[in-house]
Amino acid sequence: MGDLKVNIKGLSLKNPVMAASGTFGYGEEFADFIDLNRLGAIIVKGTTINHREGNPYPRMVETPSGMLNAVGLQNKGVNYFIEHIYPRIKDLDTEIVVNVSGAKVEDYVAVCEMLDGMDKIHAIELNISCPNVKQGGMAFGTTCAGASQVVKAARNAYGKALIVKLSPNVTDISEIARAVEAEGADSVSLVNTFLGMAIDTETRRPYLSTITGGLSGPCIRPIAVRMVYQVAHSVKIPVIGLGGIMNGRDAIEFMLAGATAVQVGTANFVDPSVTMKIIDYMEEYLHRHNISSIREIIGGMTV
Amino acid sequence: MKKQLLDFLIKENQRINDNYSLLKLSPADGSRIIDTVAGQFVQVEVPDSKATFLRRPISINYVDRSDNTLWLLIRKAGLGTESLVSMGEGRVLNVILPLGKGFSRPLKKDARILLVGGGVGVAPMYYLGTELRNDGHNVNFLLGARRDVDLLELDLFNQVGIVYCSTEDGSAGEKGLITHNTALNQQWDYIYCCGPMPMMKAIARYAVKNNIECEVSLENRMACGVGACLCCVEDTADSGNVCVCTDGPVFNIKRLKWEI
Repeated sequence: MGDLKVNIKGLSLKNPVMAASGTFGYGEEFADFIDLNRLGAIIVKGTTINHREGNPYPRMVETPSGMLNAVGLQNKGVNYFIEHIYPRIKDLDTEIVVNVSGAKVEDYVAVCEMLDGMDKIHAIELNISCPNVKQGGMAFGTTCAGASQVVKAARNAYGKALIVKLSPNVTDISEIARAVEAEGADSVSLVNTFLGMAIDTETRRPYLSTITGGLSGPCIRPIAVRMVYQVAHSVKIPVIGLGGIMNGRDAIEFMLAGATAVQVGTANFVDPSVTMKIIDYMEEYLHRHNISSIREIIGGMTV
Repeated sequence: MKKQLLDFLIKENQRINDNYSLLKLSPADGSRIIDTVAGQFVQVEVPDSKATFLRRPISINYVDRSDNTLWLLIRKAGLGTESLVSMGEGRVLNVILPLGKGFSRPLKKDARILLVGGGVGVAPMYYLGTELRNDGHNVNFLLGARRDVDLLELDLFNQVGIVYCSTEDGSAGEKGLITHNTALNQQWDYIYCCGPMPMMKAIARYAVKNNIECEVSLENRMACGVGACLCCVEDTADSGNVCVCTDGPVFNIKRLKWEI
């Protein structure tokens, strides 16, 4: 059997398949369908310093080959996570990564400090790319200065692996990636959702309570692959690729474009067992192509 | 309650009229259908669909243990359900089940119970009616539709309890909206309701005014169906935004922050 292990500076994964934040709850929601221990990592729901109710309903609309969402970081806050959720999931045999979000730099720092002491959490994913909140989120991730400011502060507050999740809603994503690398990020994950909107033409009303929302699903995949390719050629730190991965082939495509690992998001809504199928496909792919380690295909596109 | 991701075979597709189908499904692997309760729903994948992407949440119309079939009453509401209602016998549908929490049960055996269903909202009411009858309750149904041909499964409802009807055009039962049906002049202890939002709100208003226990089944737009995406939320008095797919779809109206 081929070797699926990959490393993200300070984080060893048994395979490159991670469940993307906001699409997988805390993993428990999927325990009836899959063996969570087979996953490379679970990135849990975006966590903030305080409880957040998120945006009003409606928060979702299906679009061609994808969906728009406007959840707005609904979560019960970092204390609730540490007290109630962490004890339930900490002994899973997979990496638990916490996605951290905030409205102010101090909020990010406070959450980072609290998570730094959690034994079974070896990495956080800094979310500077949520398009569905008025303050913070994407506002930090769309300028080099904003991204640098948050990552610098988080780096000081957090000693373990620091992944920064980038927004695709920028002119040049490589520039942002280089800025966060310079501040000490261990890895970048991309892409978060694309800002989009949809209107009900019969009622003339927007489908989302927030009017605009984040577009995800296979409709964004070619753009995401292109961005991963560009960023992988611009930074030295490992890149984690995501955006519309629906199956094993799509995951391999991101790795050939330069991703060291991948995240599976919206596909979990369509098939809650999809992550297992992707891991199986990777093993089969290595065998079929007579490759001993998945690491050999990272950035392996031939032109 | 453990959930399953399972392939089902379409054993029968009863086309009721242009807009509705009753699909009867059995597990493709021959297994017994997992335990379910009235009010729960399933998430159905739409096969070979070029135009849709997500699964379609469909409430359980009935589980027939005698021939191991899961009944789904489906209204053609968009491209996904249009594809489902025309699906032929022998086709395979991938289903996640059972999802959500069902209706509560009246404690008193002699409780006066009214099950209210509007349009395709009658679907869970048939299942609930059969369960309540099996528990020894007397069951009354108040069913509504635009016209007589849209009153679904009337023959089945008639076998389970007393049926009151309203149609908007007066082609069957009383003419007018369900919320004006004279059945509502009687005394009720429990009302269970599923249908269009204006109807459910009107029934909830009636229940509050008359101090009747009332549960409604919501169909907020959802993606995952398992409480992961947090898209289908409903604002509640006790817990703020909760997922309709896991905390519901059935809610006691006391929990809801409806302006009624």
